[in-house]
Amino acid sequence: MRTMKRAVSVALLAPLTLAACSSGGGTGEGSGADEGGGAAAGACEPAGEAVTLTYTSWIPGIEDVVAVWNEQNPDIQVKVQTGPNGNGGTYQNFFNQLEAGSPPDLGQIEFDALPNFRVQDGLENLGACEDVMAAQDQFVDWTWSQVTLGDEGSVYAIPQDTGPMALFYREDLFTQNGIEVPTTWEEYATAAEQVRAAGGYITNFSVSDINQFAGFVWQAGGKWFENDGDQWTVSLDGEESTKVAGYWQDLVQRDLVSTLPPWTSEWDNAYNTGQSWTWVSAVWGANSIATGAPDTAGSWRVAPMPTWEGLDGAAGNWGGSTTAVFKGSENVYEAAKFALWLNTSEEALSLLNEAANLYPATTAGQQLPALKEGVEFYGGQDIYTVFTEAGENVPGDFVWGPTMTQVYNDVADGFSSAVSGEGTLTDALGTAQGSTVDALKAQAIPVAE
Amino acid sequence: MLVMAVFTLYFLTPIWWLLVASTKSRGDLTSTSGLWFSDIRLGENLAGVWEYQGGILPQWLLNSLVYAGGGAFVATLLAGMCGYAIAKYRFPGREVLFNVVLGGVLVPATALALPLFLIFSTFDATNTFWSVFLPSVVSPFGVYLSRIFAAASVPDELLEAARLDGASEVRTYFTVSVRLMFPALVTIFLFQFVAIWNNFFLPLIMLRDSELFPVTLGLYNWNSVVNQLPELRLYVLVGALVSIVPLILVFLLLQRFWRGGLGTGSIK
Repeated sequence: MRTMKRAVSVALLAPLTLAACSSGGGTGEGSGADEGGGAAAGACEPAGEAVTLTYTSWIPGIEDVVAVWNEQNPDIQVKVQTGPNGNGGTYQNFFNQLEAGSPPDLGQIEFDALPNFRVQDGLENLGACEDVMAAQDQFVDWTWSQVTLGDEGSVYAIPQDTGPMALFYREDLFTQNGIEVPTTWEEYATAAEQVRAAGGYITNFSVSDINQFAGFVWQAGGKWFENDGDQWTVSLDGEESTKVAGYWQDLVQRDLVSTLPPWTSEWDNAYNTGQSWTWVSAVWGANSIATGAPDTAGSWRVAPMPTWEGLDGAAGNWGGSTTAVFKGSENVYEAAKFALWLNTSEEALSLLNEAANLYPATTAGQQLPALKEGVEFYGGQDIYTVFTEAGENVPGDFVWGPTMTQVYNDVADGFSSAVSGEGTLTDALGTAQGSTVDALKAQAIPVAE
Repeated sequence: MLVMAVFTLYFLTPIWWLLVASTKSRGDLTSTSGLWFSDIRLGENLAGVWEYQGGILPQWLLNSLVYAGGGAFVATLLAGMCGYAIAKYRFPGREVLFNVVLGGVLVPATALALPLFLIFSTFDATNTFWSVFLPSVVSPFGVYLSRIFAAASVPDELLEAARLDGASEVRTYFTVSVRLMFPALVTIFLFQFVAIWNNFFLPLIMLRDSELFPVTLGLYNWNSVVNQLPELRLYVLVGALVSIVPLILVFLLLQRFWRGGLGTGSIK
């Protein structure tokens, strides 16, 4: 037994020691690369020779888009690497690679994960690279403030796609029952009562995918995080956030909305069978309904999302990603050039839209021919016009925090308890506020109390 | 008997669901009952998933077969020899060696993935075939099993007879001992095959080129972008059905080797 114990402790220690050794080596390399990278960011000069870049992305069909670039740019070849979606493992892989000093040159990062990489010093500043600052005008306003991360003159990624939100609704059911399509949240609550009286639910409130709720708060002008350059301020339970939570708490409590887990067959089925009448969702949701609720083809329409008093026209955003250049890349100039082409050129944007339904972040991209046509599933309505307008009205000052995965998990936990009757959605935000501040402190990120 | 029936039902229902779901069209998947067939379109679905993204699924299956088959074969070879040596030869540090290996059984493979990644990074060997294959050829449990089995089923007298006849140690091992240890070796092979086939975390951390992915990682990647491309949901299901076929085949083909008492009577 004694030998056994000893053997076990040896076996357990071995990998730890190895990890310590190699991560030590990795950090050394990383800091070496930092210096080089820092100098390059100041100048951002071309390499003057043919280079090969690596680009990690989980967009289905990205290979075909990159192939077009490779054909036109024999001197800047891009090699596509892939993986699961960001939170499914690719972000963790990026951090591992940064730790080992071998990140890819470019990577796909969603807006809400960008601050995390910035805080860990994983991103190159592209501000000095040719054409990057000038490209600002091409992008929808709010997307640019998402990539400067509060620091004018810096650009930490090129916006790729966006998810402006609008109201998907069952036009046939609303007409049959003589219910007005709501334009404000107040009208939406009244409509919810009428829909419930007609035997349906006006919508399904997502308790596990907090991104939707974040979009609601964003629309209401709330700010979950702020960063003044030195310190982070967390306000998950801020005024607007609490207002939105209170609104949905009321609907949940009165059984006017269902709370099925999103992205399940059950949830699809609620839409397919006409149990759920509306969905306030992002532009990519158009595709989710079309495939999840095939029996309802032709019955859906899209209208601007309901608004709060005094904030006429404001819309939220749900999802969207960027192309970032990782710290340590030796070819920042070429990488920035590729990232700009990928996210601003018409051919790349239309290919991305075709392959993966990406909705561009550039104003010109949103006018692509494919986004100007009526959509059959929506009774031939030109639905993208609604989203283009919504995108222009997304408030520009919403800031994501550096620990969004933790925030989503904590809020989702609280929301799940709230809908099963323990506490309220507002309480859940209060709890998540505390745990988020703790999480930031645990990572030695300065927080203002 | 009842308990058996309940458990059989419990284990087979998900597979039944998978089989049924794989035969449906995209629309029927959400709108019809999950446990019974509607329109059977398995052929079309299979053809669709087989050709999707330029036929990447067959490539993933082939990769999985190479990782799992090759890895399990080498692992069995190494573990068999190691366990046999520990059982049959006396040398200093024998017990310590065995205990260290035994300790390895207790370390979950998942906990080793990140350290392995950092080690392979220093050699610039991540995102290669070897980064998944090499860690797969190690099987501490196999060493343990073959030691126990060799001690019990390979009689010392038989080895001595072989030595007296002039056979070298290596030849004795491969001609005499391996045959006696065969049931254990088959077990090790099967365990290791399944472990590598299902090992998902290591490839997730190591691999970036989709041509190198095993089928588990490939399907996981598809599944993770289902929100973006909802049509992938069906392909994930059909792909999962296809991916369990090789496992079932390996089990059916190899279970006949599970026979005890091969050496009974050899020394009488």
